[in-house]
Amino acid sequence: MSEPIAFTLKVNGKDYAIRAPARRNLADALREDCGLTGTHLGCEHGVCGACTVLVDGKPVRACLMFAVQAQGQEVRTVEGLAEVTDAGDVLHPLQQAFWEHHGLQCGFCTPGFLMLAAGVLEAEPDISDDELKHVLSSNLCRCTGYQNILKAVRAAAAEMKKRAK
Amino acid sequence: MHDAGKSNVIVEGAMRTPGLDAAFKRAAQVVEVDIRSRRQSAMPLEPRGGHAAWDEASGRVTLTCSVQMPHMLRTGLADALGMPEADLRVIAPDVGGGFGQKMQLFPEYIVLVWLARRLRRRLAWIEDRHENFLAAAHARDQRYAVRAAFDADARLLAIDADIRCNVGAYSCYPTTCGVEPLMAMAELPGPYDFREYAVLARGVATNTCMMAPYRGVSRPVLTFTMERLMDTAAKRFGIDPVEIRRRNLIRKFPYTSASGLVYDEGSYLQTLEAAAKAIDVAAFRREQQQARKQGRYLGLGFSSFSERSGYGSRAFAARKMDIVPGYETVEMAMDPSGYVVARIGASPHGQGLRTTLAQIIADGLGLSPERIRIVHGDTDQTPYGWGTFASRSLVISGGACKLAAEALGKRIAAIASGMLEASAADIELVEGQARVKGTDKAIDIARIARIAYQQSNRVEGVPGLRESATYDPDGTFSNATHAAIVEVDIATGGVAIRRFVVAEDAGILVNPMIVDGQVHGGVAQGIANALYEEIKYDEQGNLLTTSLADYLPPTAAEVPEIEIHHFETLSDATITKAKGVGEGGAIGAPAAVVNAIVDALSPFGVEFFEMPVTPRRIRQKLREVDA
Repeated sequence: MSEPIAFTLKVNGKDYAIRAPARRNLADALREDCGLTGTHLGCEHGVCGACTVLVDGKPVRACLMFAVQAQGQEVRTVEGLAEVTDAGDVLHPLQQAFWEHHGLQCGFCTPGFLMLAAGVLEAEPDISDDELKHVLSSNLCRCTGYQNILKAVRAAAAEMKKRAK
Repeated sequence: MHDAGKSNVIVEGAMRTPGLDAAFKRAAQVVEVDIRSRRQSAMPLEPRGGHAAWDEASGRVTLTCSVQMPHMLRTGLADALGMPEADLRVIAPDVGGGFGQKMQLFPEYIVLVWLARRLRRRLAWIEDRHENFLAAAHARDQRYAVRAAFDADARLLAIDADIRCNVGAYSCYPTTCGVEPLMAMAELPGPYDFREYAVLARGVATNTCMMAPYRGVSRPVLTFTMERLMDTAAKRFGIDPVEIRRRNLIRKFPYTSASGLVYDEGSYLQTLEAAAKAIDVAAFRREQQQARKQGRYLGLGFSSFSERSGYGSRAFAARKMDIVPGYETVEMAMDPSGYVVARIGASPHGQGLRTTLAQIIADGLGLSPERIRIVHGDTDQTPYGWGTFASRSLVISGGACKLAAEALGKRIAAIASGMLEASAADIELVEGQARVKGTDKAIDIARIARIAYQQSNRVEGVPGLRESATYDPDGTFSNATHAAIVEVDIATGGVAIRRFVVAEDAGILVNPMIVDGQVHGGVAQGIANALYEEIKYDEQGNLLTTSLADYLPPTAAEVPEIEIHHFETLSDATITKAKGVGEGGAIGAPAAVVNAIVDALSPFGVEFFEMPVTPRRIRQKLREVDA
């Protein structure tokens, strides 16, 4: 079990060669093996959602998935949200909206909320406010009382729909 | 608990005003409440952790850690390890929430630094959520037994209180195990005008986790106590909850409380009236009657409170603590490009302090905030300070920034006056320029900065543009009224919050969006205190709540929309006219929610004097009534 195995993770479009025990979870692999420390760990038992990333477009608790299980799938983390251009990074509409609406305070839960919201809005651009609140209740924030997170995600949803037209 | 102590009471405070007995004798009613608050955890989303790195060349250790008080931590570590502070650097970078839990010197950090020096290497300690529940500090395990004397007009005459706080096995450093009982003793009178007060406040050691400050410290519970008392008394007198508060809130300022605290100007009555108006109490009562006919139980609860904030060393010295925190220092320099770097002793962990301090400095120097950089959380780069706690950072560090910016502005104006051939008193700093008032004669501040460093021969005094300032105020009182409308499902004991209104006054709003954010987050933690969160041990002292499946912080589904109405009383207690606002949300919300639950269940005649009011506790009371 503890013998390292070799596998490849595709994260934000880039391949990472990993050599790690089969039990290494995806969150630890992203942080330790890929050096992508934007994914945070708040509980390591699948409740707080701070470690949420997208695996083939679906939100996943990276602390509850073995890294090796993500082999052959597309992993997206917060580092892959902004668009990289010659003129510098352009924030994703969700990142921009969190900034403008003060959707974060300490910022520890933010990557998880951003990825959760990105996954949901990409799959269901017309999601209702009630359903959105229900989905966002799968992650915990200790600072904001969720008020401005909801505002920011709703604003980003509108912006993403506008751009899709 | 400890061999050295004769008793498990390890801290005790008491006071008694001379007219207490006479007040109880002439009372028309004596109302008693016996309040219990269960143990809670601040539960920052990022648990504690640190990385200690030994540097062979310098013999120094750099400790990077998730803490609120880097300078204090360094002093405590150096004392504990018998090493010079100069050989230790503490860095608190972006901290993932703290709420008081991260202002302690924990033994884990001492071991970490000791190991780094002994092994001459770098190593990290990162706790998991289980360890955070088990060994980081807890809070709010308190009981308040209160007798209150009222006259025939329902005016409060006197309070006689017995306060007991379970402070756990050890005292925390630096605030000590006195932080909860002694604050409760001084601040129980809250926003109410009464003259006679007796209190015995005790901290009792037990074989449980250490207590430490958590957002609001004792005030969520003492406010819960006073507000349950007001509603209980209102019922006894047959008057409305708003009316009994109207009769008892402080109206004249400055006001000296029965415990001797001096309150500056506030808007106690105005926030109560604003919250009641926002709710439209008469309309709600009609809705409540209609709902009851359909078997739905709605309730309305109010909570008025004052929040002592932004207090400096004189206030802490009065508590007779060995370590007296309070002041803040800022070292400010304008560089030759005209940008400003302010190094602060305060240490934010998500409150937006870099933004708000930059606003204050920008206002003082006539610059845009983009030209201000705030450096914090690094003992090598910042002046000694006390970090972040007690709704102090914007008030105290903001005051120091204002003073330093004023001093720097004077230096800039003095240089400009020579170049513009005008009196320094006629120079104003606006839009990045030093300008002669009422004229178009002006020079860019960036140009002045360049001259101050590179043509110092043209400048009087020392070369460059550097100033530092320290601010150490006596403190100020913010105030607010919260109002909650809840619906209780009598079949399940579930509580849903239908509306939550905050009418608050924290003086000038330096940044309204950030103030709202502080209120939102505080209210969510207060709702948690009222309904959900409880640290439990079994009879053998094993912790039962070791995961987020056992300990239940609210999610987006439980926290309602929070409506905020701002008042801005301009008091002279602080030089920025801003008051502290970090804790108020958490202080006021629990009482408003529980008062609303009691109101909702008034047809059954059940009362709650304990929190959290969980579904199990609601069903238990309703079953008792059925039987």
